[in-house]
Amino acid sequence: MANKEEIALMAHLMRRAGFGATYEELEARADKGYEATVEELLNPETQPAIQDDILMRYQPQWVSKAGLEGQQEEWTYRMINTKRPLEEKMALFWHHIFCTGHAKCEYPKQQNIELDMFRTLGFGNFEHLLMGLSADPAMVFYLDNCMSHKEAINENWGRELLELFSLGVGMDGNANYSEDDVKEAARAFTGWTVTNSIPRYPYGKYEAAFIYDPSDHDYGEKTFLGQTGNWNGEDIVNIVARQPAAARFVARHMYNFFVADEPQVPAWQNTPPRDPEAIKTLEDEYFRSNYDIRSMLRVLFNSDFFKNAQFEKVKSPTETVVGTMRLVGDFDMPRPGLNAMTLTIRYMGQDLLNPPTVEGWHTGREWIDSGTLVERINFTADAVGNTSHRGVQAIINRLGSQGDTISSEQLVDGCLQLLGHYQLADVTRNELVALADSEGTLNTGTDEFGQRVGQMLQSIVATTEYLFE
Amino acid sequence: MTSTKKDPVLVVLQLSGGNDALNTIVPYGDPLYLDNRPNVRIPIDQVLPINDRIGFNPAMAPMKRLYDDGKVAIIQGVGYPSPSRSHFRSMDIWHTCEPDKVGDEGWLGRAVRDLDPEKTNVLTGVNFGRGLPRSLVAPGVPVASVGNLETYGVLTGIEIEEQRSKALDVFSRVYSPMLGQGPVLDYFAQTGLDALEGADILSTAPEMYSSSVEYGSDTVAQYMRNIAQTHLAGFGTRVLYTTAPYNSFDTHAGELANHTRLWTETSHAVADFYDDLKEHNAGDDVVLLVFTEFGRRVHDNGSGTDHGSGGVAFVVGEPVKGGLYGEYPSLEENKLLEGDLHFNNDFRGIYSTLLEKWMGLDAQPIVNGSFEQMDFI
Repeated sequence: MANKEEIALMAHLMRRAGFGATYEELEARADKGYEATVEELLNPETQPAIQDDILMRYQPQWVSKAGLEGQQEEWTYRMINTKRPLEEKMALFWHHIFCTGHAKCEYPKQQNIELDMFRTLGFGNFEHLLMGLSADPAMVFYLDNCMSHKEAINENWGRELLELFSLGVGMDGNANYSEDDVKEAARAFTGWTVTNSIPRYPYGKYEAAFIYDPSDHDYGEKTFLGQTGNWNGEDIVNIVARQPAAARFVARHMYNFFVADEPQVPAWQNTPPRDPEAIKTLEDEYFRSNYDIRSMLRVLFNSDFFKNAQFEKVKSPTETVVGTMRLVGDFDMPRPGLNAMTLTIRYMGQDLLNPPTVEGWHTGREWIDSGTLVERINFTADAVGNTSHRGVQAIINRLGSQGDTISSEQLVDGCLQLLGHYQLADVTRNELVALADSEGTLNTGTDEFGQRVGQMLQSIVATTEYLFE
Repeated sequence: MTSTKKDPVLVVLQLSGGNDALNTIVPYGDPLYLDNRPNVRIPIDQVLPINDRIGFNPAMAPMKRLYDDGKVAIIQGVGYPSPSRSHFRSMDIWHTCEPDKVGDEGWLGRAVRDLDPEKTNVLTGVNFGRGLPRSLVAPGVPVASVGNLETYGVLTGIEIEEQRSKALDVFSRVYSPMLGQGPVLDYFAQTGLDALEGADILSTAPEMYSSSVEYGSDTVAQYMRNIAQTHLAGFGTRVLYTTAPYNSFDTHAGELANHTRLWTETSHAVADFYDDLKEHNAGDDVVLLVFTEFGRRVHDNGSGTDHGSGGVAFVVGEPVKGGLYGEYPSLEENKLLEGDLHFNNDFRGIYSTLLEKWMGLDAQPIVNGSFEQMDFI
């Protein structure tokens, strides 16, 4: 049997590499072992996929993928129910970085094709992933590369490829590329376009396909990041991927998403990493493994810097909602109410598939304002306070099995443990114990006991400590 | 400027989806209107005339009454250069005043910051609806967002009142000690305490309110009532905002029936709000802006209209100089912009007028430039 420290560490791993887990799952995984669980997560194809045909019977609108809210529902449902949590977490990770927006694309099915690419290429070679992105129709349209022509380049894709998708503006106080590099990259990508979009009315939308138009490619000589040649898009991606800045870029994004909140991306040129040694470790693995994302993740999850970073990261709205649903065991089928549940992610400040800018979402403390905080606390408290949920029942039964009565300390500490070994400041814990004391003896066999467990869970999820994971 | 001594208040009603300007203020005297709208047309004899060229949609009688009293400014041909026909992008542009790049600060978020730089009042800006529209977002500026004024608050899912008050008591006592515990915890604690304070104050508004005005049961009407309740409660709120939900004005199909219902509800809500404030002698302090992200295509599509440009906006209130502002855009084919109405009034000019002449703020840094102001205040 795994001990408490091992289960607490497993809870940390499952929150970060997935969307959390019930205590029963944590125990089973801890028995199996930490490194074995990391390997399972890193190899999602070893676990069963979600049965799409059943989903589409319940939610036929998910077949057409024509509406934003329907696509958000589908993805949220997948995140809640997947047996391959890191696969969906990586799709979310890359969506945070390589975001396209519904505001411009206006066709969720096209964006879903991009998400599927993240699911398949998101664990592999970073250069291959950038190639996939460069030829992804949603991205080609979103960043206007289809408007870039050999006589008149549009720099949007060339710039964001360097600034937001691969290198970053700069590091260690120096710039990573020049304005000329942006223009040369844009020239190299001329001819990378998409098939004409068909007017939406009256027949609905159609997916666009990526095409390379050799007649619209600029075949002239280009000098990019100091290297001169007749470069095409593949060459640009190849040169980019071997830059030290690319290793830094991937490492800092991984650290910010999986380990601990970093300053926001625009600050990276001049603000050093929170943990330079951790970043160095990940950079080294990037080059050692030939830009292999899975290898970097393996190093990350098995590192001490990861294991020691419990509760150093503010949960995103998606992590909050999906994690809560997995904890309480709700929406294990696509039942009515899925739309309202999914919309709370938007109300908490993360409109999936429709980020505010091409820079994606600002994370960490910027998730929280007075409006989103109230949405977050009320949603989470309503879920954990609902004693009819399977996961809440499991917590009640488990606490109740300790004897005819339990103490206030047992109630508070037991709830914290079963939520995934959460930790509270002493002053917070003392207040919650006093709250339990004020309500009298806890007789475990009664209906009232379940209510009191639910109330305690509600008070815990309303704390500042629970904003973190 | 107005003679009132109280602080000026701005209310904004957002009509999401793209309201069809041509069927709102109808150019019934223009034969081109009939030509372009073979199917989706307001019958000419039903239009409520403003003059011999244009008139109100017949569903807008309550707003026509306010117009006749000189309390409604109709801003014609509103838009911005190189219009976007995407709902989201165009609404973003209206929210952030950034037509060329994607902005991350809303114009009213900035206004709230300028109105209350020391953050002395957590209710300087209040939104009614779920989630904050980007117009009200600015880093570090607290704005309350109220889904339902009657039930708004923290931990509202706890049904038994005694338990809830205990839980809230604990909430404030576990948040307070986090103040000063590093920048992130300090910010979270302050935000939580602000939310609690705001909810506590707001929850008293409905019980302080009584009125002979009976609002409709639709979402916009109920939120306009909540806005009146909040204003009349005297919390010092300066900016109040709400949105017609579900992109409801996006009338691609079945427009005549839907648009009639939408304007029946909306114009009643606007007039009820006006009457309510007047009944409480509070109308002198309040100006209401009604806007949408774009107008719709000049030619109909058989049962509705597709996305266009060149819209119409309304400014309503006791302090407003009613009348027509700007020009009604021409429907002549060679004067259209890709089949849409050309704007002649930049929306940032409306904002600038409201910010400077009404709210007493410096508009230039809020709307990102200098734009011609109007005389409706």
